[in-house]
Amino acid sequence: MAERKRRLMQGNAACVQGAIYAGMRFYAGYPITPSTEVAEGCARELPKIGGRFIQMEDEIASIAAVVGASVSGLKAMTATSGPGYSLMLENIGYAYMTETPCVIVNVQRGGPSTGLPTKVSQSDTMQARWGTHGDYTAIAVAPSSVGDTITETIRAFNLSERFRTPVTVLLDEVIGHMREMVTIPEPGEYPIINRVAPTVPPEQFVPFVMTPNMVSPMPAYGQGYRYNVTGLTHDIMGFSTNRADEIAPKLDKLKFKIENYRDELAKIRVDMMDDAEVAFIAYGTVARTAQQAALIARQAGFKVGSIQLFTIWPFPDQQLIELCARCRKVIVGELNMGQIVHEVQRVLPRDVEIHTIQRYDGEILTPHQLLEKLDEVL
Amino acid sequence: MATATVEKQKSDVILQYLRPRKKFPSVWCAGCGNGVVMSALIRAIDNLHLSKDEVAMVSGIGCTSRMPVYMDFNSLHTTHGRALPFATGVKFAQPHMKVIVVTGDGDALAIGGNHFIHACRRNIDITTILINNHIYGMTGGQGSPTTPANAFSTTTPYGNAEKSFDPCSLAQAAGASFVARGTVYHAPQLEKVIQQAIQHRGFSVVEAISNCHTYFGRLNRLGDAVAMLQTFKERTVTLAKSREMSAEELKDKFVIGVLHENDKTEFCDEYQRTVESVRGGK
Ligand SMILES: Cc1ncc(C[n+]2csc(CCOP(=O)(O)OP(=O)(O)O)c2C)c(N)n1
Ligand code: SF4
Repeated sequence: MAERKRRLMQGNAACVQGAIYAGMRFYAGYPITPSTEVAEGCARELPKIGGRFIQMEDEIASIAAVVGASVSGLKAMTATSGPGYSLMLENIGYAYMTETPCVIVNVQRGGPSTGLPTKVSQSDTMQARWGTHGDYTAIAVAPSSVGDTITETIRAFNLSERFRTPVTVLLDEVIGHMREMVTIPEPGEYPIINRVAPTVPPEQFVPFVMTPNMVSPMPAYGQGYRYNVTGLTHDIMGFSTNRADEIAPKLDKLKFKIENYRDELAKIRVDMMDDAEVAFIAYGTVARTAQQAALIARQAGFKVGSIQLFTIWPFPDQQLIELCARCRKVIVGELNMGQIVHEVQRVLPRDVEIHTIQRYDGEILTPHQLLEKLDEVL
Repeated sequence: MATATVEKQKSDVILQYLRPRKKFPSVWCAGCGNGVVMSALIRAIDNLHLSKDEVAMVSGIGCTSRMPVYMDFNSLHTTHGRALPFATGVKFAQPHMKVIVVTGDGDALAIGGNHFIHACRRNIDITTILINNHIYGMTGGQGSPTTPANAFSTTTPYGNAEKSFDPCSLAQAAGASFVARGTVYHAPQLEKVIQQAIQHRGFSVVEAISNCHTYFGRLNRLGDAVAMLQTFKERTVTLAKSREMSAEELKDKFVIGVLHENDKTEFCDEYQRTVESVRGGK
């Protein structure tokens, strides 16, 4: 077997690699620390493969251009950080409503407001679920290493195309800027999903038709299917509606096309959970610390395991219930004032003791700190 | 008799471009200038023999921005003020398409002001039809960036204390390579400048002065739609004539025609050259 390509790479560069592997051919963005290297990488790489890069005048324009490019048939992405993500949210909502696939990378920094540009945080976790106005269901994934960033970015594109919806990749400053050796995937190593094209002629085309999986086939502009795309609540023909019997089905479609596939969406890494009595639950940067802490605790003779959430939204309720069935206690570690811990509390039975360790001073959680917490709760 | 035939042919042209499955009438008030601009736009497209498939119509939010929904092209009705960046995505992704943006004065110049100047600067090949009715129509008659000083609106009940933008001067200063103005009274002239704007390669802006008699007309005692059209007739001067007039004489006049045109390089073409040089150099 040929030597597989190994390379020392930064997380933000890995994100560019993954996106191009997934078929991304359009990037629009606006510089913001700590995400800027994603834009720089796209500016360098996209012309080489006939793709397109544009630096827009702000983040609102960036996500707008991404949606425009996606309805025109290109896989499109933008990357930003907290303040930029806040600006994008109205148009991310537009992408939910119009069912336009696209990927938004949020390399998280501390907030609120301009906050901590060069410091790590995981405090946009809830924003990725509830940021824009209205009712909808969101998908967000969270890598924890440079290598994961390649595969999770590919997965984000695949989910976005499969479900016709925006998908957020929640990186954080540490992953974005850290360098690790990664294996560059070979073509064909990961499946690539593309949106389903209509099979009917334009005269019979119903743009937002109800299919069994609630995902409607999507043509590109210019292919003869001259349909209307609007952010107004619309009927299956794409025209705005005020009819109660059309409004609720549209919103149900947005929700259930994703909710009905929660099991397929859930992605979790499980370590030493078979007989674990205590579990660390974490995601992103903290997940790696948690794995290390669990290993050290095992070596010291404690029945401790760790659970890493790669899919944050929709929250993997059922998987956590099953994995923690034998646990007496769990410890949720996060770089915020406690966002995912509330989900864990919502999901796990009352007899599981839930503890939380939080850091929101721009520093990471170390294995030592998690072990101290373990010590405290045991 | 002859005129009747011409009128019939004209309406046949319009019908060909309206959406067969869209419910009519439109959301517009009877007599709203938006309808005149829509038919001028359709005739311009028809004159150019563009295929419906190669045209994308993009708009923001407002009465004006409802226009693309009625026309049988690829249509993208976006968020308030953001039509131009959405259109930029469409055009840059598919540079062979004719991308036309329909926008109101509030949409383009208030919330969308920054996008407007940057689209001009980029000189991307998009045609923007900016319908200027000097007020916010859809939200019920509030002041806009083109509401004249001292004019009345629901948010300037004692007269507008602010100064207004001239969209054409703004577009030209920001780098648009084609700028024209027309009014809904001068429908054939409007059709002609829209046609020229679509043919122009680069960012083109056509300001169409239009009547919102429901709000601007009523609040400023300008009368009904017909009376407002009459004022457009009286207040309009051609570019040629305007050159002989003093600044004082030009005050409160609408100068119509192609006000500015140049042939600087277009953004997508420029990027394509970059792509070719990068790929050639590999
Ligand atoms: C973010 C946002 N802010 C405000 C509005 C409300 N809004 C809808 S239309 C409009 C003004 C439209 O005025 P103009 O662009 O002049 O178009 P007209 O209706 O006069 O044709 C406003 C403020 C909105 N839809 N979105
Ligand atoms: S409110 Fe004014 S701009 Fe809107 S449709 Fe009526 S006349 Fe036209």
